[in-house]
Amino acid sequence: MEWQQFLWAFLVGGAICVVGQLLMDVLNLTPGHAMCTLVVVGAILGGLGWYDKLIAFAGAGASVPICSFGNSLLKGALAEYEFHGLVGILTGIFDITSAGISAAIIFSFLGALVFKPKN
Amino acid sequence: MSIASEKEKKEYAAYAKKHGEKKPIWKHCWHAFVAGGLICLIGQFLQVFFITYFDFTKDTAGNPTVAVLIFVSVILTGIGVYDKLAQWAGGGTAVPITGFANSMASSALEYRTEGLVLGVGSNMFKLAGSVICFGVVSAFIIAIIKVLLKIYVGIDF
Repeated sequence: MEWQQFLWAFLVGGAICVVGQLLMDVLNLTPGHAMCTLVVVGAILGGLGWYDKLIAFAGAGASVPICSFGNSLLKGALAEYEFHGLVGILTGIFDITSAGISAAIIFSFLGALVFKPKN
Repeated sequence: MSIASEKEKKEYAAYAKKHGEKKPIWKHCWHAFVAGGLICLIGQFLQVFFITYFDFTKDTAGNPTVAVLIFVSVILTGIGVYDKLAQWAGGGTAVPITGFANSMASSALEYRTEGLVLGVGSNMFKLAGSVICFGVVSAFIIAIIKVLLKIYVGIDF
């Protein structure tokens, strides 16, 4: 196991977050707009085949930021297209991201039951 | 809340521009870099952990990693820690998948008083919904473009 993978995960992940911060600070986007922009950019980079290369290089540094969500949506759609044709694009979109979305829904719901809102 | 007229909005924008402090962009970026980098570093450690001690490969280790990060993020949101971190880190806590989970958990908590169905269930996706919507629509369009290019032009990349 090489230690460099941790360094690159830190550097690349940090750099993507800086891009998000710049979108908010320099272009004055709201956090919502900045996140949507990053997701769309992730999907475009995924379409060009660049995002997978970044993940191969930086590991979680590229797969944890939200851009990877756009890339995973596209990858799922294209993978399913190979098996089921055009309908596969619809059925496959959530193939890879389903774990994250389901986990977020389930934990958030249970969290709302367990925790008390502040004020 | 009353709706401001166009004139009032313009006056306010001019006022804010004149009196507003200059944003400490470098500081914000540095904080975002450190916090975002650390979250991704934790993700990398989790990934290596799942590959080493469980039966996951490099491709499949992403799922449990994301699930654990989301779980931790929801807990931290529930006890009010994540929002404190976010004040310091800005984009550093918003951009990683933990920020996505935080937006869902905090809206779910915030609307808890309006009931489980109309409060939690329908408001959970207030912020996350737009991310999912734009992600899905853009992925769909790009997938169609790639498929058409492949079929009719023969380009596959």
